[in-house]
Amino acid sequence: MKKNQQKSFQPRIVVFACNWCSYPAADSAGINRMQYPPNVRIIRTMCMGRVNPGHVLKAFEMGADGVLVSGCHFEDCHYSFGARKAAEQYKKLEKIVKLLGFEKERMRQEFISAAEFPKFVQVVKEMVEQVKKLGPTPLKPVKPEKMDAKLEAAVEAV
Amino acid sequence: MELDLVKIRETNALSCLECGKCTGVCPVSRYSKTFSPRSILIKSIRNSHPDALKGADLWSCLTCQQCDTICPSNIKYIDFIQLIRQFVGVENREGTCSHGGILDSILKIMTSPNLKQQRLDWLSKDYQTSTSGEYLYFMGCLPYYDVLFTELDVQPLNIARSTLKIFNYFDIKPQMLPNEKCCGHDFFWNGDLENFNKLAKMNIEQIKKSGAKYVVTACPECFRTLKVDYPNFFGNQPFEVIHITEFLSQRLNDKNIKIKSEPHKATFHDPCRLGRHLGIYDPPRQAISHLSDFEFKEMAHHHKRATCCGVTSWMNCSQISKQIQTQRLREANATGSDTLITACPKCQIHFQCALLDKQLKEEVKFKIKDFTEVFAENLN
Repeated sequence: MKKNQQKSFQPRIVVFACNWCSYPAADSAGINRMQYPPNVRIIRTMCMGRVNPGHVLKAFEMGADGVLVSGCHFEDCHYSFGARKAAEQYKKLEKIVKLLGFEKERMRQEFISAAEFPKFVQVVKEMVEQVKKLGPTPLKPVKPEKMDAKLEAAVEAV
Repeated sequence: MELDLVKIRETNALSCLECGKCTGVCPVSRYSKTFSPRSILIKSIRNSHPDALKGADLWSCLTCQQCDTICPSNIKYIDFIQLIRQFVGVENREGTCSHGGILDSILKIMTSPNLKQQRLDWLSKDYQTSTSGEYLYFMGCLPYYDVLFTELDVQPLNIARSTLKIFNYFDIKPQMLPNEKCCGHDFFWNGDLENFNKLAKMNIEQIKKSGAKYVVTACPECFRTLKVDYPNFFGNQPFEVIHITEFLSQRLNDKNIKIKSEPHKATFHDPCRLGRHLGIYDPPRQAISHLSDFEFKEMAHHHKRATCCGVTSWMNCSQISKQIQTQRLREANATGSDTLITACPKCQIHFQCALLDKQLKEEVKFKIKDFTEVFAENLN
């Protein structure tokens, strides 16, 4: 049973995508019928600068296996300073994650413009692979089996 | 969670005379239009006002114990508010966590037993520690603050470095726990006993395992939690908890050491956990008197009447907190001191944050330093 569970480990990854670049990129990926793993849950934010370290840690605290923060490139940011601020905050976040003692590979920051939907798909694929290698999050006791069973069924159906 | 009536009775809350002295002396009520300790108490013990427990006001109390000192009925107001918060429960909390809730999340993540923190990476060869011995230095969350508050003019890790320097000055190599958890202070005062218990158990286990007799801490919040709350919940512990101010003043008194220092005018801010909660007023002042050229002057409010730094357990930081801090900093400025000494890392962070206000920064003519930093600078 244990082996089976390990094989079928499906990470839950939270993606923060900004309203102006990364969310449209995810949208375009869908319009262009590009497939990407169903492990991501996208949360649309107005700007990646608004996603402060607290939000990312909150996701981890609540049992996310990985977190991806994505938004515009520096020069494209809709609010001009948002992406730079996000990059600054991400440095802080990396340090805190290191202090707390879990793998910083569980999170990632990417700058994806609205036109770069292949990049979005690729990043999500890479991220899922990476988190699969790391295994379930060490922060919470194993989630109730029901949830996993449901997710498994959903994956099989796809 | 059910309301523990026995414990509520123990706080004397039922003998409230409704005199309103608590509201008169409360630092939050001074600036807030709605907050009143008296009305919270009266409304909560009379069932006729169910909305007393709703709203952010319940979470604005600083638990600074200013009201306890003046209450004619001896109501232990802070214990009362802690019980009420416990009753309302964190899930119904309407207060706002400061800093986007990051500290709340960090502490919650710390409750998971699998993690091995890397909190001692800053230790260099200049500081001597050991893996056994009578003394244990309980550092608290300083490494996290050091990362989080880079935009303020504070270096919380300096407090840890200075404390180690003080230890080494007396030829003590303290132990440090590599996977020390937060003491749980913030969870306790926010009424989240579940997480408090988790953290406390892990800490007690680690301290017992280390075999240390004395646990020294430079943070008044850790001090109070380890000294008062751990025994309350988990029975007497085989270790004694000492605050660095006690430790230092005792040593300096015993050996009658005079420390040479540069001439400074200094004043001391009493952290509420150290002062009103545990009555440690004299040790820091005695220790400062051992510095040769320090001219010491009290602020207008000192000892029992010292004002709080404005925020407790990272909850509900607001305009009101800033007003309390500004008033306190002006008070310190009025003494003409060039150094404001405080013994609490959080007080230091809160005051430095208030100094982000440019106008106030121009007005204020002193530096804010931690108690340990002042000594480490002068010990050779």
